[in-house]
Amino acid sequence: MSLVSGLFNPVVLRITMRATLGRKRALVFMLVPLVLILITVALKVVAKSPVWPAEFLGVFGFSVVLPLTALIIGTSVLGAEIDDGSIIHLLATPVNRLSVVISKFIAAMLLTIMLGAIPEFLAAAIAKGFGDKLTIGLLTGALIASVAYNALFVMLSVLTTRAIAVGLLYLLVWEGLLGNLIGGVRVLSIGQYSVSVANSIAKTSALNAHLTSQTAIIMAIAVTVVTLAVAGRRLSAFALKGDAV
Amino acid sequence: MNAIELRNVSRWYGNVVAVNDVTMTIGPGITGLLGPNGAGKTTLLNLMAGFLAPSRGELTVAGQPSWRNPAVFSTLGLVPERDSVYAFLTGFDFVKSTAKLHRLPDPDAAARRAIGIVEMAEAQDRRIATYSKGMRQRIKVAAALVHDPEVLLLDEPFNGMDPRQRLQMMDLLEEMAQRGRTILFSSHILEEVERMSGTIQVIVGGRLAASGDFWAIRRLMTSRPHVFVVRTSADRALGAALIGRPAVTGVELTPRGLQVRTSDFGAFSRELAGLCRDGDIRLREVLPSDESLESVFSYLVTA
Repeated sequence: MSLVSGLFNPVVLRITMRATLGRKRALVFMLVPLVLILITVALKVVAKSPVWPAEFLGVFGFSVVLPLTALIIGTSVLGAEIDDGSIIHLLATPVNRLSVVISKFIAAMLLTIMLGAIPEFLAAAIAKGFGDKLTIGLLTGALIASVAYNALFVMLSVLTTRAIAVGLLYLLVWEGLLGNLIGGVRVLSIGQYSVSVANSIAKTSALNAHLTSQTAIIMAIAVTVVTLAVAGRRLSAFALKGDAV
Repeated sequence: MNAIELRNVSRWYGNVVAVNDVTMTIGPGITGLLGPNGAGKTTLLNLMAGFLAPSRGELTVAGQPSWRNPAVFSTLGLVPERDSVYAFLTGFDFVKSTAKLHRLPDPDAAARRAIGIVEMAEAQDRRIATYSKGMRQRIKVAAALVHDPEVLLLDEPFNGMDPRQRLQMMDLLEEMAQRGRTILFSSHILEEVERMSGTIQVIVGGRLAASGDFWAIRRLMTSRPHVFVVRTSADRALGAALIGRPAVTGVELTPRGLQVRTSDFGAFSRELAGLCRDGDIRLREVLPSDESLESVFSYLVTA
């Protein structure tokens, strides 16, 4: 219990949720899941192919909606405060730096589940019904994505002020381009972890998954733990520039 | 024990030296960290607060190093210069959240106490976004005070405050100092610290240029060469009389009046009145013309 309370700070979580949802940007977050659901409804009416739910929700959901939602939220929960300097009010207290990172990560994860994973689940339910194994698989995969992507993007926001650009490069070049060309890259691709877990339940080749669920889960946990640890270490050495430079 | 100790502390960024071999000890009471903009005051405060690693030297606050040591904040409070706060919170929520981050046993009571000290109780339920600059400054001070720290660092606390708010803040700091706390604030405006008692550390170009009792530094400042502009009913006649005095090193007739350079501020001010009386000259205005802080600081460096 003391370990858990030491690594998680409810005050930080609450302030972060209010900060993120209070911004006007929060409305933009709602837009993408809305588009996802609208297109799903439209496809349900017009699409002929029997595999369209897996193809559309796998590709658009797992390589656009989830990673982009996580990118915007994950880089801003901590990054926005680092950018505008308000982080100093948090850090000018004895609060454990790793607990700041973990609380920020939890906030980002919850928001991504709310704005990415649940809409993905609803869209799948619209397409195939709530109990369908594709629906369950996509939800499970989306939860994995919400966890691992946010850990990565929170770390990027501590390491660099250009976290969004670096995150986009990772998504487009590493996962999008190299992941399709070089097999080995898939072992280090969060997108592959989530579709592979989804596929282990849904069992459809339309998801384009290449890892076993075991590899995917172990790697997703490893990526989450390592990136959060790196972020915590880096935040412990958080430095402010003075006036002379 | 000295609250803050710096021994040969330097900090550089690449080739730029921001703080150069500074040794100072700061004990209970008020200390002003004075210097022109870009002198390295903020760098020094960041070093003390543990938001910057010294490139060389040793630095302790309340006996412990502050770099990579968040525990130091249980005895340290910091009021940063930047105005960015959680503007979407109310003043009370902000201070109470800080109290919770300090894991104080009764965050509500601690927040109320701190807000009372800075006299912000009336506005505590408004969102910080609606606060004036002075109010933001005070709510930041309340947050920094909420755990009743031994040491309080304030970066340019009087910036943007009106004279009344300034006085109020000075009274608050004086009062804390009397309770044995260590208060260190930075400022680039000499007039701000004129009313304060205590010690002064003058930083110029990253170096400690002068340090010591406020009055000693003040005297050093008043005995430096001064330039005055004097407007009278007979500038030329007074100028002729002034140039004969040893305290006066130069006189010039300008459209604004008589510009007088003196090496001895005290003697000049005593003799000026006498000369005017003897010559039956009406003295209209005596204005110091080089009170810019830069000139005072550069004088202190060479003194």
